[in-house]
Amino acid sequence: MKKRYLVTALIILSLLSILIGVQDLSLQGLFFLQEDQVQLLLLSRLPRLISIIVAGMGMSISGLIMQQITQNKFVSPTTAATIDSAKLGILVSLILFSNASPLVKMLISFVFALLGTFLFMGILKKVKLQNTILIPLLGIMLGNIIDSITTFFSYKYDLIQNISSWLQGNFSMVIKGRYELLYISIPLLALAFFYANQFTLAGMGEDFSVNLGLNYNKVVTIGISIVALITALVVITVGRIPFLGLIIPNLVTMYQGDHLKKNIPSTALLGAVFLLFCDILGRVIIFPYEISIGLIVGVLGSFIFLYMLMRRGTR
Amino acid sequence: MKSKKRIYFFSAMVLVISFLFITMGLNANNWSYALSRRLPKLLAILLTGGSIAFSSVIFQTITNNRILTPSVLGLDSLYLFIQTGAVFIFGSNTVARIGNNGNFLITVIVMIAFSFLLFQLLFKREGNTVFFLLLVGMVLGTFFQSLSSFMQMLIDPNEFMVVQNKMFASFNNVNTSILWISCIGVIGAMLYTFQNRKTLDVLSLGRENAINLGVEYDKVVQRMLIVVAILVSISTALVGPITFLGLLVVNLAREFLDTYQHRYLLIGSTLISFIALVGGQLMAERVMNFSTPISVIINFIGGLYFIYLLLKESKL
Repeated sequence: MKKRYLVTALIILSLLSILIGVQDLSLQGLFFLQEDQVQLLLLSRLPRLISIIVAGMGMSISGLIMQQITQNKFVSPTTAATIDSAKLGILVSLILFSNASPLVKMLISFVFALLGTFLFMGILKKVKLQNTILIPLLGIMLGNIIDSITTFFSYKYDLIQNISSWLQGNFSMVIKGRYELLYISIPLLALAFFYANQFTLAGMGEDFSVNLGLNYNKVVTIGISIVALITALVVITVGRIPFLGLIIPNLVTMYQGDHLKKNIPSTALLGAVFLLFCDILGRVIIFPYEISIGLIVGVLGSFIFLYMLMRRGTR
Repeated sequence: MKSKKRIYFFSAMVLVISFLFITMGLNANNWSYALSRRLPKLLAILLTGGSIAFSSVIFQTITNNRILTPSVLGLDSLYLFIQTGAVFIFGSNTVARIGNNGNFLITVIVMIAFSFLLFQLLFKREGNTVFFLLLVGMVLGTFFQSLSSFMQMLIDPNEFMVVQNKMFASFNNVNTSILWISCIGVIGAMLYTFQNRKTLDVLSLGRENAINLGVEYDKVVQRMLIVVAILVSISTALVGPITFLGLLVVNLAREFLDTYQHRYLLIGSTLISFIALVGGQLMAERVMNFSTPISVIINFIGGLYFIYLLLKESKL
């Protein structure tokens, strides 16, 4: 029911997003395959649209899975030490490979994120998990350690402003040649959907899920790896975007309960629609200039979510 | 008994490390100047350490969640928003002219007013839960944060340096006159909490159980949240965003003391946060020569130590 509206909204907004921009792009032109129009579509508009949808879906689904596995509504997908490792990667690429192309820098940072995730999983395996709360706690602590290394060096080289603006969510830089890394996360999203039921079971706790015949450790490892990789990809290519990982999954579960397989589509759609809407707004308000998506999401999202929370709270 | 012994041990460590902090490098020529600098610094450290430990313990008890610190309420973000906004709108010169005292007073008042407003709004209506409060706090925190990071992107690098100094907690420029005002607030709030330590024990059983056992849940939670707001506002305005410390010290205290009694938890985490802060400051001054913020040192060593503790525990 609600899903139908969300799908419609997503289609309409996607079309709008393709058509709005400084260069005129018309459906007619595309239909008759005018060369410059097609170029514009392929070089800039489509990459942007795809990256927004992937980022919106990826972040919100990762949040949902992470919260389900740890049974904690306040665990954001960024808690698995991934983002902090990616940040360290950015620092390294800025200091050592300052002349490399953006895609190479992103790759370096992605490799760091991978290493960070492996490290995290390794420690997690060693620690006997009496309590799911230890997963995010360990992630935060490890993240803090890595972040303190990054801060130490960026303080020394005066790179703090540089790194924080790299991580500031921004879609205006997304053009062909700068976003392709994001495609890796699409199969990961499919995998997440495939494992959804098992994540729901894992969320019921180790004893219970083992009783039901689930390989608990394997499922948790898979879940956290998926989450970590998706968030790393999104943050490296488009930057950090508030709300997607925490508030959207919480809102959806508030309305729909904890059945993960049922929630994944709505969460993904809500994430994508919300992000797309904010992006279009940011492009229109001071046309032909742009307001950064982080600001729009932060401000507009605050009002929308506060309203939704308040309305829900009075019931 | 184990908890009690460990607490004595921590107290001894605090004494030793503070003694070192005060006396290191003193000689006949410099002692009066050095003491006049170091004593206020130590006082500031103790004040912040105590208030962060207390507020985090209370907050984790109320929310029943070991990964939360009061920063979820959005107070840190509000602090940075005020600081960045002031530099962004008036420029760093005007901000410097207001001075530390003015800045401190304005910041504390705005932060406490904000939290009162938030609590008022939420507890006026029946049936609003703490979970709901946290979500609202998080939304508002994000709101302030995105506004400030947007402003940080726009200001020029020189002005950013002024903001950057505010982004990290620092004990190097604490003003003595502010200290006395903060002392009254912090110690009052801490005494009040300690009196209610038994109620807190009951609260950690969860809402339903606490009500069954005769605790006026909503009222107590509301009061405790006000205490948290006061403690966090004062300590943040005094030295900068410092709530990160809470997560570390409270969890270390839980690992060490292995108890749910707030008598031990409150004192233990306070002592650990003293050790972390004084030790961190000592390292920042002596080993690092002020080249790095204290949060870097504490997060690095404390985090490693925490992971080590978990690994050691699971080997047994």
